[in-house]
Amino acid sequence: MADEHLCSVFEAELQDVIPICHATIAGTKIIGRLTAGNRKGLLVPTSTTDQELQHLRNSLPDEVKIQRIEERLSALGNVIAANDHVALVHPDIERETEEIIADVLGVEVFRQTIADNVLVGSYMALSNQGGIVHPKTSILDQDELSSLLQVPLVAGSVNRGSSVVGAGMVVNDWLAVTGLDTTATELSVVESVFRLGEGQAPGAINTSLKDTMVESFY
Amino acid sequence: MSSAMDVDAPVSIAPRFNNQEQQTGATILCCNCGAPIDGTTSAGALCYDCVKLTIDVSGGIQREATIHFCRDCDRWLLPPSTWIVAAPESRELLALCLKKLRGLHKVRIIDASFIWTEPHSRRVKVKLTIQDSVSEGVVLQQSFEVEYVVAYQQCPDCQKSYTANTWRACVQVRQKVPHKRTFLYLEQLILKHGAHKDTINIKEVKDGLDFFYAARNQAEKFVDFLSSVAPVRSKKSQELISMDIHTSTKSYKFSFSVELVPICKDDLVALPIKLAKQVGNISPLGLCYRVGTSLNILDPSTLQTADISTPIYWRSPFTPLADVQELVEFIIMDIEPLGPVKGRWALAEATVARASDLGSNDRTYYTRTHLGNVLHPGDSVMGYMLTGTNFNSPQFEALEEHNSYSAQIPDVMLVKKFYARKKKGKNRNWRLKRMTREEGDMLPRKQDQEKMDRDYEMFLRDVEEDTELRQTMALYKAQQAQREADAMSMAETSDGEDETPQINMAELLDEFEELQMEDHA
Repeated sequence: MADEHLCSVFEAELQDVIPICHATIAGTKIIGRLTAGNRKGLLVPTSTTDQELQHLRNSLPDEVKIQRIEERLSALGNVIAANDHVALVHPDIERETEEIIADVLGVEVFRQTIADNVLVGSYMALSNQGGIVHPKTSILDQDELSSLLQVPLVAGSVNRGSSVVGAGMVVNDWLAVTGLDTTATELSVVESVFRLGEGQAPGAINTSLKDTMVESFY
Repeated sequence: MSSAMDVDAPVSIAPRFNNQEQQTGATILCCNCGAPIDGTTSAGALCYDCVKLTIDVSGGIQREATIHFCRDCDRWLLPPSTWIVAAPESRELLALCLKKLRGLHKVRIIDASFIWTEPHSRRVKVKLTIQDSVSEGVVLQQSFEVEYVVAYQQCPDCQKSYTANTWRACVQVRQKVPHKRTFLYLEQLILKHGAHKDTINIKEVKDGLDFFYAARNQAEKFVDFLSSVAPVRSKKSQELISMDIHTSTKSYKFSFSVELVPICKDDLVALPIKLAKQVGNISPLGLCYRVGTSLNILDPSTLQTADISTPIYWRSPFTPLADVQELVEFIIMDIEPLGPVKGRWALAEATVARASDLGSNDRTYYTRTHLGNVLHPGDSVMGYMLTGTNFNSPQFEALEEHNSYSAQIPDVMLVKKFYARKKKGKNRNWRLKRMTREEGDMLPRKQDQEKMDRDYEMFLRDVEEDTELRQTMALYKAQQAQREADAMSMAETSDGEDETPQINMAELLDEFEELQMEDHA
């Protein structure tokens, strides 16, 4: 995390909860788009310098594996969409890379497109709870993807109609951060599909309706 | 993986969406208003209503424009320099209005129509419906109004016609007679054939009219027209206006002097004896019964006719002995047909008395006439009095001196039957069109105006009495045709069958037919 302004925002919000460390990849600040990772590992592109790699190694816990990948498609954040169990990757990614992804992140890897876009990382935001895909994704594709990922998916947008949902937001299992332009409707979609702020949600759904809804969905 | 799913069996909005999708096909929520929409077909993540609210496809199109209108010729300016005729709310005007709008070519026009505006408001309102694609596959349709301000602008043609000395050619038509009958007839011919269409201006001058043209060939066309309908002699002259010695381009003004033969219908003529012998040895004293492209002369005592063509006339020109203004009214005392009949004429011997002599003396005159089949004893007839009249004409003097012709000069020459008409205010069921012309430098004096009115009335009577003349011109129904029809039937019942001639309504043209005719002409 490099941008000073962005950093200060994140620090103000998350200082007490999550440790925040500054880093660069190949001297640039666009870490999110150049790296991909989950609970088990982090993948960095080949352009990452040894120093940066060392810095990341020092910053992250030992159980998180870090791997530098020799891959032509170096913006790993754009070509890989992963949670802790499954990863969707760009169809043209190299076989070795695919194996490394499976090993390092401990996931099943699927080559997929989202609404005919190859940049799966850009057009999909994924967590262990759910995922948002490009707004033009058809119901059929959504069904197929969600059966691969085993999480509920929904089509949606962020930042007032932007279809680049993966790049437009940061999400983990507890928290999502989106741009300031994001409308209330979009936020409510994000909150419900990633099941954020569940504590405040009407409790009834969580218990009594759960089974029927799951059944109807799958 | 599946176990993980079981554990956190999702309480998700996805099922809800799926249910909705089954009903409506919606996959996403509109990012602006939250309405469920089908994401695969929408523009971005906006619903159609939000797209309509946020995007203005008519943004690049003018909402106000100015169109130019020439008040003098009622034409509209079609940029850059064309002037077209277009009725209000017509297709042509709509096309012109749409052409005026900038930015309209980028979108698709679905519909365009006029919204009624008060004509004096000088505003034209057009309602437009356009379509434009917002993003791939999403087409937005929008309706809006455009207001046009009608600005007045004089078109170049009108500017020219209002500017002095813009004419290039001038046709000066002259007839040196004391009345205007021939010109009135010529006016009708010109109107019927639309020969005056190219004129810039028509000016009335002494003894005739001047027609002004912007180009020489238009004037020449008019001169050709005149020579095809009337006995004329024309002369062309030109004046050098300017010359460029380097390119040797010159500009001229052309004047065509067109002189009409000064003899009219019903004039008494004395032909030069030599000419009379040349054209069929006709008696030199006769009546002109028709003026076409040549003069037609009738000898009433023998029904012999002669045709004098224009060039032959101008070889030995002569003036009429007497014209219609010198006609005197006679009463038929006795009439006896002699037998010979030629067309509508029948030769007869008649004994007549001057209407003014009745009651004062018993002087009667014996004469031969061509009107044997229209005249009856007791009828009024117009004729020339030859006895006791001094004609100041060398041709007539030659006749009097001639040993055989001098004996043949009759006392009276009857010309046409006289129909007693009511006063001048008599309504006609027909009317003629008039040309608009500009009077000369001097305003007409009161007696001139009276004389003009008298000439016109005389011309109208001629038209009524002469079917042949009528066929060459266009007569129109008078405005109050209904009232006229009543008056006519009354007149018919009160006056006898052989009274004032009437024109059949079927011969007359409606006003709007006249418009069509002008279009075809």
